[in-house]
Amino acid sequence: MFTDITLGQYYQTKSVLHDLDARVKLVGTFLYIITVFVCNSITAFIVAGLFLTFVIAISHVPASFMFKGLKGIAMLIIFTVAFNLFLTPGTVIWQYGVFHITKEGIRIAILMLLRLTLLISGTSILTLTTTPSNLTDGLESILGPFQKVGVPVHEVAMMMSIALRFIPILMEETDKIIKAQTARGADFETGNLFTRAKNMIPILVPLFVSAFRRASDLALAMEARCYQGGAGRTKMKPLHYEKRDGAAYVILVVYTTVICVITW
Amino acid sequence: MCPRFYNMNFIETEKVIFEYIERDEEGNPVKVKRALDDVSISVKKGQFIAILGHNGSGKSTLAKHLNALLYPTEGKVLIDGMDTLEDPNTMKVRRRVGMVFQNPDNQIIGSVVEEDVGFGPENLGIPTNEIRERVDESLKILDMYAYRLHSPNRLSGGQKQRVAIAGVIAMHPQCIVLDEATAMLDPEGRKEVIRAARALNDVEGMTIILITHYMDEVIYADNVFVMSEGRVVMQGTPREIFSQEESLNALRLELPAVTKLAAKLKRAGIPVHDGILTAKELADALVL
Repeated sequence: MFTDITLGQYYQTKSVLHDLDARVKLVGTFLYIITVFVCNSITAFIVAGLFLTFVIAISHVPASFMFKGLKGIAMLIIFTVAFNLFLTPGTVIWQYGVFHITKEGIRIAILMLLRLTLLISGTSILTLTTTPSNLTDGLESILGPFQKVGVPVHEVAMMMSIALRFIPILMEETDKIIKAQTARGADFETGNLFTRAKNMIPILVPLFVSAFRRASDLALAMEARCYQGGAGRTKMKPLHYEKRDGAAYVILVVYTTVICVITW
Repeated sequence: MCPRFYNMNFIETEKVIFEYIERDEEGNPVKVKRALDDVSISVKKGQFIAILGHNGSGKSTLAKHLNALLYPTEGKVLIDGMDTLEDPNTMKVRRRVGMVFQNPDNQIIGSVVEEDVGFGPENLGIPTNEIRERVDESLKILDMYAYRLHSPNRLSGGQKQRVAIAGVIAMHPQCIVLDEATAMLDPEGRKEVIRAARALNDVEGMTIILITHYMDEVIYADNVFVMSEGRVVMQGTPREIFSQEESLNALRLELPAVTKLAAKLKRAGIPVHDGILTAKELADALVL
């Protein structure tokens, strides 16, 4: 049932984008999100769209994967577009009863559609081309300075990577519990939403108990291996920038500047 | 270092008592439970020691005292001459005594084999290139180098435990405590782990403390301690221990099949000597 689950949505292949330092990709995604929000003209969106097409092309990830993420928020997009289309005041060009479409409405609806599409497919590139452990390392490194003001960056990163390691284990465990409870006559398949949700309790309770036990075991094992938090720790695979990462930063700066120039 | 240290035992527990408070479901204390009662053992460097005992005999509690995960309520635990109760010694003790636990899944931290082996050295603040060397070396010793880029989830139980042992070896300890490390494994996995532990003892001269309830795993030990209800009730070489069948039965510990057979043959009037441990020994005894 849960075997061979892919973590996050990492797509394994070889490309420049996969080899890039996770920090570049994180900064890039962050900048891209900002530019997409700043864009307010069709021209700017065309530039943002072209940039995204270029990135998808060099990522060697099939474009269909990129747009998978869009399916999940299809309803959100449809509603946003519909509301903007019908409810924006301005020059009316079509009217039926209380519904009316305005010139401004069309413009805003199109911009919203483009914005959401670019946003979702743009951010999914990050998770498609970066392994979860690289992503955590990158986050830890980028947010490192906040450690000085008391943000537990290392601890959060450690928690994230441990969580990632335990997802498949807990999945397997859930599967086992479901089978065990089914063997004792539990029914997870029939009934309405409420009964089904209620029937999940015999799965959740043992799962939680076991997760706590695992957590306590793991804490002991980490202590036995001299873990004392982030201070004084070295890294087996420290992140370091290559030439291609510098080039990527240059491209990002150029892109951001272009968007800013077009917008203002 | 003061010369007195040279003749000292590597591990020394002096009349260790460990008590904890048992609580009921509301968290009210019910009674004080004594998990270790007057335990004194000593282990020399390079020895292969086995600690045998049934569930609840206190053997795992004792194991956790050996690398400062638990501290004695009374008495003393000395590791390499250092008292585990003294705070600055904690990390030094943990560097010297590595631990492998029962459940392979609950002690692997990395999502890639080599990252997990690197976890210990990272904590010790070893420079990056040396971590790499240590990780490769440890994985080669445990014969897991080919799996260094695999996810631990895809390995068998025996392989996972070998990764866990490699993770400990990479910290360059002087002693490894295997705290029921074979209890959750299938026979093949148990063999793998025992073989690895023996090789480390033979080749690297590592002190091994094997905690188990499988009698057939202790036949290679230099010295065996048998525990029951928090006390050390028997101690000696495997041969000495295994020749006392009645006492072992009273402790609900079963002899290995070969030793049992030898004892039965002896009772049937066939002249075989006491304390036979392996099939080969029995065969020799019967032929001669």
